[in-house]
Amino acid sequence: MGGDRLSAARLGADIGGTFTDLALEVDGAIYSAKVLTNYAAPEQAILDGTKVVCERAGIDPSAIGIVIHGTTLATNALIERRGAKTALVTTEGFRDVIEMRTESRFDQYDLNIVLPTPLIPRQDRLTIGGRIGADGTELRPLDEAALDGLAETIAARGYRSVAIGLIHSYANPAHERRVREVLEAKLPGVSFSISSEVSPQMREYERFNTVCANAYVRPMMADYLARLESRIGELGIEAPLYLIHSGGGLINVETAMAFPVRLVESGPAGGAIFAADLARRLGLDRVLSFDMGGTTAKICLVDDATPRTARTFEVARTARFAKGSGMPISIPVIEMIEIGAGGGSLAAVDAMSRITVGPESAGSEPGPACYGRGGTRPAITDADVILGRIDPGNFAGGAMTLDAEASRSAVSEHVGSRLGLDAEAAAFGIAEVVDENMANAARVHAVESGKDISGYTMVAFGGAAPLHAQRLCTKLGVDRLVVPPGAGVGSAIGFLRAPFAYEAVRSQLVRLHEWDDAEVAGILSDLTEQASSFVGEQATRVERTAFMRYAGQGWEIPVILPEGAVDRDRLNEDFRAAYTRFFGRPIEGGVTVEVVTWSVNVAADADAAPPVGTRGATGDVAKPATRQVFDAGEGAFIETGIVEREALSPGDGVAGPAIVVERETATVIAPGWRAVMQDEGSLLIERVAS
Amino acid sequence: MSQIEEIRRQVMWNRLISVVEEQALTLIRTAFSTSVREAGDLSAGVFDPEGRMIAQAVTGTPGHVNTMEAAVRNFLDVFPEEERLEGDDWITNDPWLGTGHLHDITMVSPSFYKGRLVGYFACTAHVVDVGGRGFGADGKSVYEEGIQIPIMKFADAGVVNRELLRLLEVNLREPGQVIGDCYSLAACNQVGHRRLVDMLDESGMDDLSGLAEFIFARSEAATMERINALPAGRYENAMRVDGYDEPLDLKVALTIGNEGVHADYEGTSGESRWGINVPLIYAKAYTAYGLKCAIAPDIPNNTASLAPFTVSAPPGSIVNAQRPAPVALRHVVGQMLPDVVFGALEQALPGHVPAEGASSLWNVHFSLRPAGGGQGRRAEVLMFNSGGTGARPELDGLNATAFPSGVMTMPIEATEHTGPIVFWRKELRPGSGGAGRSRGGLGQVLEIEAAPGYEFDFSAMFDRCRHPARGRAGGGEGGNGVVRLDDGTELKPKGWQHVPAGRKLILEAAGGAGYGPAAERPAEKIRADLEGGYVTEDEVRAKYGRDPAELQEASED
Repeated sequence: MGGDRLSAARLGADIGGTFTDLALEVDGAIYSAKVLTNYAAPEQAILDGTKVVCERAGIDPSAIGIVIHGTTLATNALIERRGAKTALVTTEGFRDVIEMRTESRFDQYDLNIVLPTPLIPRQDRLTIGGRIGADGTELRPLDEAALDGLAETIAARGYRSVAIGLIHSYANPAHERRVREVLEAKLPGVSFSISSEVSPQMREYERFNTVCANAYVRPMMADYLARLESRIGELGIEAPLYLIHSGGGLINVETAMAFPVRLVESGPAGGAIFAADLARRLGLDRVLSFDMGGTTAKICLVDDATPRTARTFEVARTARFAKGSGMPISIPVIEMIEIGAGGGSLAAVDAMSRITVGPESAGSEPGPACYGRGGTRPAITDADVILGRIDPGNFAGGAMTLDAEASRSAVSEHVGSRLGLDAEAAAFGIAEVVDENMANAARVHAVESGKDISGYTMVAFGGAAPLHAQRLCTKLGVDRLVVPPGAGVGSAIGFLRAPFAYEAVRSQLVRLHEWDDAEVAGILSDLTEQASSFVGEQATRVERTAFMRYAGQGWEIPVILPEGAVDRDRLNEDFRAAYTRFFGRPIEGGVTVEVVTWSVNVAADADAAPPVGTRGATGDVAKPATRQVFDAGEGAFIETGIVEREALSPGDGVAGPAIVVERETATVIAPGWRAVMQDEGSLLIERVAS
Repeated sequence: MSQIEEIRRQVMWNRLISVVEEQALTLIRTAFSTSVREAGDLSAGVFDPEGRMIAQAVTGTPGHVNTMEAAVRNFLDVFPEEERLEGDDWITNDPWLGTGHLHDITMVSPSFYKGRLVGYFACTAHVVDVGGRGFGADGKSVYEEGIQIPIMKFADAGVVNRELLRLLEVNLREPGQVIGDCYSLAACNQVGHRRLVDMLDESGMDDLSGLAEFIFARSEAATMERINALPAGRYENAMRVDGYDEPLDLKVALTIGNEGVHADYEGTSGESRWGINVPLIYAKAYTAYGLKCAIAPDIPNNTASLAPFTVSAPPGSIVNAQRPAPVALRHVVGQMLPDVVFGALEQALPGHVPAEGASSLWNVHFSLRPAGGGQGRRAEVLMFNSGGTGARPELDGLNATAFPSGVMTMPIEATEHTGPIVFWRKELRPGSGGAGRSRGGLGQVLEIEAAPGYEFDFSAMFDRCRHPARGRAGGGEGGNGVVRLDDGTELKPKGWQHVPAGRKLILEAAGGAGYGPAAERPAEKIRADLEGGYVTEDEVRAKYGRDPAELQEASED
């Protein structure tokens, strides 16, 4: 690919829950399209959208040199339980690991709590004798004799996919491999996933769940990807198809078919890459990516133009986005928090006469009360209408007229009258509560990452983000905000910026006082080789990380390893420095330091537009119109200028209070802040020095 | 109060809860104690200058949550105002002034803003070791259970008390980890303090007094509204549990009136000679937790929302044990109290509370050593396990899930790294869920052996072995717990016992009881239970009065 990628047109395709977004880049220009997602034949929406963007760009599909695809299909299959009939083969005595979970309740006070149902029901969980110990030695040989019976059961019950997850297989995969080898030979047409390949990390609940999820979505995703590959071929596209994975890198179709669980959360990953690319081009080293759409908001930290990654996350949360109500997936993933706060999130009043917002959402049907489609309960969008942030007569570029009266009566009835507040104060309360919720989530996320958020620049995209971003900045003590162009299809554009990258991860406990140079070198070279084989010869970057802790702690912190051989004493110093950064002071008294997990990320950087940096204003533009807009800082309506984004040229400044209106959304600029149109089309909004 | 002011206070209430949540997360990230970081056995909160709790982290377990609310005022009794200094961190593990046993360390740190004391941050964590006889029921008094740290300064105006550290170093088996946890507790309060300063800076408030009054007024009103909706009256209940060597009767009289709900434990058995006694502060915590779950689950914990729930017990009873009674395993009895309270509440609120469950955690402490006095690694390993919860009126009980405790279990793969121990089985226990219209939650089975060449002692702290969970509204009993060796030898449910090399310890954790008559359980649910192996065929015949074969045929028709 290498050279081809530079010259040819590039297509990004993001299948989301409601829309399928296409972004086509030709000679540096982006052409985008949004079409409705087609649930029965998801590839059809891509084909339809591709024709549209090719027409807009005036190119033939055959001119496309690369197709990069991300999708929520795997995530949705897990949420909606639409995967294959799947069996789990696991160690005798551990049939219920995925059902017993952590033996805890995600809500302490709800007597009628319902725990998430295990992905594989108990009758489909089969066991096999044999046991590997914690150090990887064989405690009891695999029960080879029982494998015949196991194969018969699998055949008789008609399982299409089988997950194999055995205790301590991350330390020694021999039994898992042997089970697969024997069963595969007896069961043609059945697909097998083994936990030591899908997710070789310690902690059986997370690892077993991950291999089950992989097996569960694999037949469906493999079929879909094969169909997609052949259909885009019919369109005349001969370019290779790549998939974006949850860690934000690209993988080829074969890998995606074998490890479809790595596609979970690939859409949001695109959004984070979009923000990261913008950070790089504008020269921003610390960015807080803020994506707020119709039902949820996602927040991600991007340091040095690289989104933070984690090794485990939770999907398919069943209860109000509550931590612990979903299923854990342990694969490298761009770390972000998602909360139930979007334009459609509904407001209510609780037993303490407090305003609450979300996670319940009006969605797009019936939508907020102002849509006039039967919604009677107040959503965030209704509050934004009352506060004057959204012009009801010019919504979605005038495509839709909003019913401001419906907003007022919904807000008054469900919030205002219950608290003795007029509609404006109640709307302010709703907006303040949702902004506070998002700010709290961002702060907690920063604490978990050992970062101080106040020095960050926020990048806001998604339909609702520019309306709320500025207030969020104020609450977080953030002084700079960027609202990029093309924010509506941010993920699809982000796909085009993704590096060819693969992160290989393995748990292997190494205590610093029992350090063995050869052992460590061996682990790292194995992982490097594994990751490199996915990326191919274009690899330009190798980043190695040790996840470390004091022996006895349960939470590891990442320590980046320098190039070359790893020196134990240097590593110890680096760990102490990292620990101090997270928690204030290192622990004295000779507690042992250990590495629990190792990771190697190999990447080939995408062809990127050159950095442009940011620019100041050449002068403030006049505001052709004004209206009354509520200012959260003042706690009152103030006269606010209205400016069309399309009318702004690079260098144009807009002083707050102002609203910059564009087709999909509007950017609120408070008094004391000022926006400057950048050369690449972003709005940079900064606090004016007082 | 202006409309805008009302909204600003609501928003700051949310902020304060977020501040203490950050505080709790810091503790989880830094703690050495497995029970804190893996199991969530902690709590964190912010208090006003009078020691009233304003907000508390959602993360945490009930036994700490409500004890800490009372504990902070005990610190203020010890330190007069002139001794409350910026940079102070105060510490104790006193069971009667803190959270009920020596293994919990509570740290309280005064918080200053612009030179003025504006409140306190407090947190509690269960540490791995406090010296003495270890985590078991065998101490004859609290003096044998470990080192006692009276309320004192861990740090005095920012300077850590080295003398205390030296004392801990010689008295503990794992001084590094416990001292590390002391630092973690102080760091966690520090994070809370820093966030509070940010919040005060941003909001322009000088202190928390106005916000605290707002929170208290709202919380009290909401709580009293719920209580006033209950039928006033006096409701009694009694429950018999295993105890240590003789059974214990836990009796409660619940009085619901327009002042609140009062639980009186008059008639409850006296103190045990063994370390399962409960200081009143801990009995109050679990009683209030049970009441809150049933009556006001959505109202955040603070002094005002907890105040309407009051508890009394005769001094010298097992739920008001007096110093120096041994109290290390106070959770075994304390965690039974929500079930006792539910039995009384059922009369006031029929069809609202669950049947009895396993309730006490099936925690085990292992002490591993080379067999026959050989050389090699020694290790102390603590693990948490749960039995089944009681069936709910409309829902089955939860299988192998902690209630009322909020702790989590640890991965077997992680536990096997902490010592020479092998778990051959950790799996649901079919047939242990009490029969009923709603089925009780299943317990679990564990098979545990020392690694080759090792042997171990273990501290048993299990209940519901002789007195299983009882059903409600006609539901059946939960399966009773069993402790034995793989050769059939029966072991005691409590106390330190030996397991020789090559033998396996088998634990069958108790199941939850059923709700409603078993005859009313829909056929398709019994069928699904059979298919998944949650119930046995014999059980279906004996307890549900159904023929498994017929059920199967019916589904195929």
